[in-house]
Amino acid sequence: MATNIVRNENSNRPATAPISLRLRHCGRTFPGTRGSHAPHVALQPLDLDVEPGETLVLLGPSGCGKTTTLRIISGLEQPDIGGQVWFGEEDVTQLPIEKRDVGMVFQNYALFPNMNVEANIAYGLRIRGLSPDDIRRRVGEMVDMVHLNGLERRPVHELSGGQKQRVALARALAVRPRVLLFDEPLAALDAKLRDRLRVDIGQLLRSLGITSVYVTHDQAEAMALGDRIAVMENGRIAQLGTPREIYHHPGSAFVADFIGSVNRLEIKGAEEGQLMVAGGRLSVARYHGASVLYCRPEDIEVCPVTQAAITGRVLQTFFLGQSQRLFVDTGAETPLQVESPSREQWLPGQTIGLSIAEEALFSIADAQ
Amino acid sequence: MTTASVRRNGRRGMFYWQLAFTLLICLFMIVPVVMSVTAGLTENYFVGLSSGLTTRWLVEVWNLYAQSIWLSIYLALSCLGVTLVLGIPAAYGLLKSQKRWASLVEELLLMPVAVPGLATALALLLAYGGFRGFRSSWLFILVGHVLFTLPFMIRPVLAVMQSINVVKLEEAASSLGARPVQRFLSVVLPNCTSGILAGALMVLTLSVGEFNITWMLHTPLTKTLPVGLADSYASMRLEVGSAYTLIFLMMILPFLIVVQWLGQVMTRKASARVS
Amino acid sequence: MSPDRRESRRQPRSGAVFEGRSVPKGRRRLRGWSWMLAPALGFFLAFWLLPFVRLIVMGAGPDNNTGIAGYWMVLTHEQYLSSLMSTLLLSIAVSVSAVLIAGFCGYFLARHQFPGKSWLLSMLTFPLAFPGVVVGFLVIMLGGRQGALAQLSLWATGERWTFAYSLTGLFVGYLYFSIPRVIMTVMAACEKMDTSLEEAARSLGANTRQVVVDVIIPAIRPALISTGAICFATSMGAFGTVFTLGTRINVVPIAIYGEFTNYANFAMAAALSVILGLVTWISLFFARRLSGEYVGGGA
Repeated sequence: MATNIVRNENSNRPATAPISLRLRHCGRTFPGTRGSHAPHVALQPLDLDVEPGETLVLLGPSGCGKTTTLRIISGLEQPDIGGQVWFGEEDVTQLPIEKRDVGMVFQNYALFPNMNVEANIAYGLRIRGLSPDDIRRRVGEMVDMVHLNGLERRPVHELSGGQKQRVALARALAVRPRVLLFDEPLAALDAKLRDRLRVDIGQLLRSLGITSVYVTHDQAEAMALGDRIAVMENGRIAQLGTPREIYHHPGSAFVADFIGSVNRLEIKGAEEGQLMVAGGRLSVARYHGASVLYCRPEDIEVCPVTQAAITGRVLQTFFLGQSQRLFVDTGAETPLQVESPSREQWLPGQTIGLSIAEEALFSIADAQ
Repeated sequence: MTTASVRRNGRRGMFYWQLAFTLLICLFMIVPVVMSVTAGLTENYFVGLSSGLTTRWLVEVWNLYAQSIWLSIYLALSCLGVTLVLGIPAAYGLLKSQKRWASLVEELLLMPVAVPGLATALALLLAYGGFRGFRSSWLFILVGHVLFTLPFMIRPVLAVMQSINVVKLEEAASSLGARPVQRFLSVVLPNCTSGILAGALMVLTLSVGEFNITWMLHTPLTKTLPVGLADSYASMRLEVGSAYTLIFLMMILPFLIVVQWLGQVMTRKASARVS
Repeated sequence: MSPDRRESRRQPRSGAVFEGRSVPKGRRRLRGWSWMLAPALGFFLAFWLLPFVRLIVMGAGPDNNTGIAGYWMVLTHEQYLSSLMSTLLLSIAVSVSAVLIAGFCGYFLARHQFPGKSWLLSMLTFPLAFPGVVVGFLVIMLGGRQGALAQLSLWATGERWTFAYSLTGLFVGYLYFSIPRVIMTVMAACEKMDTSLEEAARSLGANTRQVVVDVIIPAIRPALISTGAICFATSMGAFGTVFTLGTRINVVPIAIYGEFTNYANFAMAAALSVILGLVTWISLFFARRLSGEYVGGGA
């Protein structure tokens, strides 16, 4: 009973100052399934700090541990012995999910089929024992916020995918959670709707300033929504940084490759400010002796052969609408990918010149 | 000790309470079976196990009731034959009929299962009891068994046909030049074997154990295994009834094991298809 | 907002267009195959529908003793009404208890993994295939004069306690063959249930009791009701168990059997059978509707 009263006060409070979220040494090992299987390490022990009001995106391929991390934060999963989860100054490691005051948005919406839109949004408030008037007022606010006016009495199975996810979002926000958690919320929607809802969620997150963790495997979503992104691989964080840092200064070949496309330039030799690469030489003022440099396709420019740093033969072109992607054979193992404006036309077999600005080249610490 | 560990212990405690309850129910299901098996193998059940174990009750049952056991096996196999011949084409016909008609026909064919066996048997008796030769032959009982088991053959076969999308397979076969009968024999039938097998096991198990219809339809010369069971329960000593029950259990056990195994294989296949 | 609306409207329409194009063509070609239903339907018409229609007609015939129409006798005479009522009440009690007990076990088994679970499950569902007569005998094993309870009570109090040869014994027997069925249905429904629903409710603060009441029971309610209806129908029509336990228990199947064999009172037997059949058929129809619409697959 006592906790109930505290709970009411909590959920009646005006949106208070956002809290920070800290994971300390949180790992997760699943016991091996029957027979010979060894225990499966889903998550290496990791530390993670999310600033108050920040949106952190966990990005990675399936099986990288991002969902396990989210479930540990939510309380659906317990970290291995020694792991700790802190919400602000409170250690919530031992609290079950229902006592953590989190809001959660699921990939498959997870709307209660036996309740209509209104009842779904009101559910958490009802659990917290708010008065009917308060519930009605709060549900109204939420319906306005996610633009569902007029659909309050609809059974949820009559809603479209996008509407369902709005209801799920409203339901999670209605309880004014301390931390908002998203588990691939847009993965089940088609491309157009996904873009729209992504914009809406982005605006909401910015205006509400709730500490949020967002799991996705879609890099565009991660870039658009994350204040910071943690790229995960094989149960660990491969790199943590702002979208710009991650994109322009990837910490590993995996990160560089996972986020956008990347070209690999092997340096065969260096002399007088010039680097020998397949198909030509690059002029650089500062060179730190890396054996491999990388650059993004959109940072390579097509230019007349006479002014070119590198020349190559066009293998294939893919017209993408807003631009085109060229695959250019420079004699290296893999062709260079070049993004060029879509109005120019190149034909397979044609020899073209390429130039790369020095600041577009980057090296990666772990690359050999 | 923290509050959290108290809570965790609470959850474990709840798990054991639930497990204990489930075990209790399991005991309720299994204790009488074990008692019956023991009684069937005990020299004198009134005295108890100390009177020694024996197979003489089993032998006695066999001497008294072998004929009814053989009749039941014979009847079950015949019933299987008839339900295969009637049921597989019927499933195919249902698949290809208009949806409205198909559900009406299925509803009709299910009537003998939905209505108590006693009522079905009574209707049969009052309508055909006058035909002496038919009435006194085992075919009369066979008719009752087929009525009761046919839906159990049709349903799994139809379900498999629907799940593997037989219509599309047939379209593919006909695009390759297969004629209707060829299509049915070379594409439809081989792909329905799991459904046919499931249906066949069900039909055999149900036919061997059928009592409600059979009791009304049987004559002293056409006693089946369950009829004999009822007979022995009513008029023989407890050990004989138990021994007879034991024989019955041993007869249906293989079917049940295969059914369970089949179910596991099917769910594994289905989940593999999903993921 | 508007793109969402458009999306929801677009889907059904495109489906309808697809059907409209493909169905007539397919139907024409396929209708030729409905004749394959003929053997089964013919068998059914000759050996079930025709006899049963006769049975319905006979049920309106005069009772041997009073000359009153069979159906009217059932609905007005104390003797028949009471057996109808006791059968109804017994069946309701059995299905409610079975759904409560086995629903609990089924949910527990679906949600927990522990060593030996598959064995436990096999033992719980193995009696599914027992015919009524055998179940009756097993009840005698539990509650008969030589039964487990009698032996226990003899040892404890010096008296033999029995319950097998009464309505209680019948209740135990029907519970015995209902429990495996309900456990299987409930487990299937629980396994089919979306676990994220439960997680969503918990993330919103619901405790275990609230999760069960607000999420789990609504999700498996169709399965619970339909399996309960099946138990009800089976208990109404079961004959083997009560036949083994003794023909003095006043339930409808015994009444039918008695009217037919002891008194050759065909009109009464027919009337009772038709009424009993109607009750079981309605409840099974209801069960199938429910499971077909919400759970999918057959009852």
